[in-house]
Amino acid sequence: MTYSFLRLAAEALRGQTGWTPAWRDPEPKAEYDALVVGGGGHGLATAYYLAREHGITNVAVLEKGWIGSGNAGRNTTIIRSNYLLPGNEAFYEHSMKLWEGLEQDLNYNAMVSQRGVLNLVNSDAARDAAARRGNAMRLHGVDAELLDADGVRAMVPYLDFDNARFPIKGGLLQRRGGTARHDAVVWGFARAADRRGVDIVQNCEVTGIRVSNGRVMGVETTRGFIGAGKVGLAVAGNSSRLAGMAGMRLPIESHVLQAFVSEAIKPLIDCVITFGAGHFYISQSDKGGLVFGGDIDGYNSYAQRGGLPLVEDVMEAFMALLPLAGRLRVLRSWGGIMDMSMDGSPIIDRSPIEGLYLNTGWCYGGFKATPASGWCFAWTMAKDEAHPLNAAMRLDRFASGALIDEKGAGPYPNKH
Amino acid sequence: MRIPCPHCGERGHEEFAYYGAADPRRPDADAPLEAWHDYVYLRDNPAGPHRELWQHVHGCRRWLEVTRDTRSHAIAAARDVAARGTA
Ligand SMILES: Cc1cc2nc3c(=O)[nH]c(=O)nc-3n(C[C@H](O)[C@H](O)[C@H](O)COP(=O)(O)OP(=O)(O)OC[C@H]3O[C@@H](n4cnc5c(N)ncnc54)[C@H](O)[C@@H]3O)c2cc1C
Ligand SMILES: [Zn+2]
Repeated sequence: MTYSFLRLAAEALRGQTGWTPAWRDPEPKAEYDALVVGGGGHGLATAYYLAREHGITNVAVLEKGWIGSGNAGRNTTIIRSNYLLPGNEAFYEHSMKLWEGLEQDLNYNAMVSQRGVLNLVNSDAARDAAARRGNAMRLHGVDAELLDADGVRAMVPYLDFDNARFPIKGGLLQRRGGTARHDAVVWGFARAADRRGVDIVQNCEVTGIRVSNGRVMGVETTRGFIGAGKVGLAVAGNSSRLAGMAGMRLPIESHVLQAFVSEAIKPLIDCVITFGAGHFYISQSDKGGLVFGGDIDGYNSYAQRGGLPLVEDVMEAFMALLPLAGRLRVLRSWGGIMDMSMDGSPIIDRSPIEGLYLNTGWCYGGFKATPASGWCFAWTMAKDEAHPLNAAMRLDRFASGALIDEKGAGPYPNKH
Repeated sequence: MRIPCPHCGERGHEEFAYYGAADPRRPDADAPLEAWHDYVYLRDNPAGPHRELWQHVHGCRRWLEVTRDTRSHAIAAARDVAARGTA
């Protein structure tokens, strides 16, 4: 069923009785041409682009819980393409371009809002770094504007500009950045993939990967064995567990990242603001809540909840940036398990096992990548080779030395 | 999460700095590249008991090997790294 204004009007007149489920709930078949493990944004986007771009429609997405129950449904929804390094920037810009046409493409309202992402700078050195990053973006044809303190003040006058420790000296603005509704992205890709024949199989946990003579044969699941010549893993924080089922160890640690939402207030923040002096980012949801977060807790974790020291750290940054935070109540906090890679950048690649493909290492920035990740992973699975956009996101870069380390932090996942 | 330091007693984890997995052992200087790649980059990253290194930076400053379940954060053991020898 195609969604349109006409359909909406017709359903209003019929008492909303004609809507059908947005995707089917099929029993898994015994065999598919390709399987995607993980019903987050990346897995669903991969299945969609396999069908749309490569005509591979005999595909199932296997999800252990319900789709969007992982990080796709837990993130702070920021989308941007303000990366520094060549191996990353073209990829994230491709993602931004896909976001810009996504709703028409999927026939689904993903509430993509290009409200601008403003990265504040609090020192001269930070301004130099922002200028460098902005120039790198512009060399890739991406929009970036360096604002001085007055420029920032004109946009967001309520910040603590003259904070004694962290005076705000300016910012790097990407106007095309912004937010998208995370659940709607999941549902939109699921529905669009389903309409092209993809089976979305929920409550189906992969418990083993069958490999024979170095070739993948299919997966063991809680709903039986499912055969396929191609299996793509897009399981975010669970990547090491799945790779382990095929005897592989990955350059990945799993860490918890928390996020928070305040009580709803009148419209205040109409863009995304990030604090330069600490790790902190904030935007306002359409319901009025301030959505914000900071660093990962910093130790390996598979518990989808974090600790209080990090909560304190985030609230301190919030207060330093926006003293009005002191009058706000926090409604909820939650956590998700991040696939932190050894250089802070993702992996979209084949694996040493024929027919088994890896999509992992998203750290805390994979939501913005959702469309391009699916697009590139589908390409890699369909053609058995990387697209130029993900050519640098190789698994063997840790052996070859061609790392993509935006921060220059070294092989310490909790420092990226 | 509270870590039982063998020297200082049970302390909040914010007093400690986290390093990562304790199991990877530094290869010999002339070990093949593959051994170094494993040591520097590859991790077991288990969902379950995990031996890991924490330094009690705001306490005795000793490095500890802590065995913690990464699903529940329950800590089964904590000892000074000196106690584990060089094996
Ligand atoms: C608090 C928080 C804030 C974030 N903020 C941002 C942000 O502002 N901007 C941004 O770009 N990114 C952000 N991220 C990161 C982003 O959410 C992730 O990088 C991205 O969602 C990961 O891809 P995914 O959607 O496919 O992952 P997920 O949604 O986690 O999908 C993986 C799926 O695999 C399933 N799975 C796992 N094991 C199995 C198995 N054995 N069998 C079957 N299925 C399995 C899981 O149930 C899960 O549904 C944030 C993350 C968190 C937690
Ligand atoms: Zn101590």
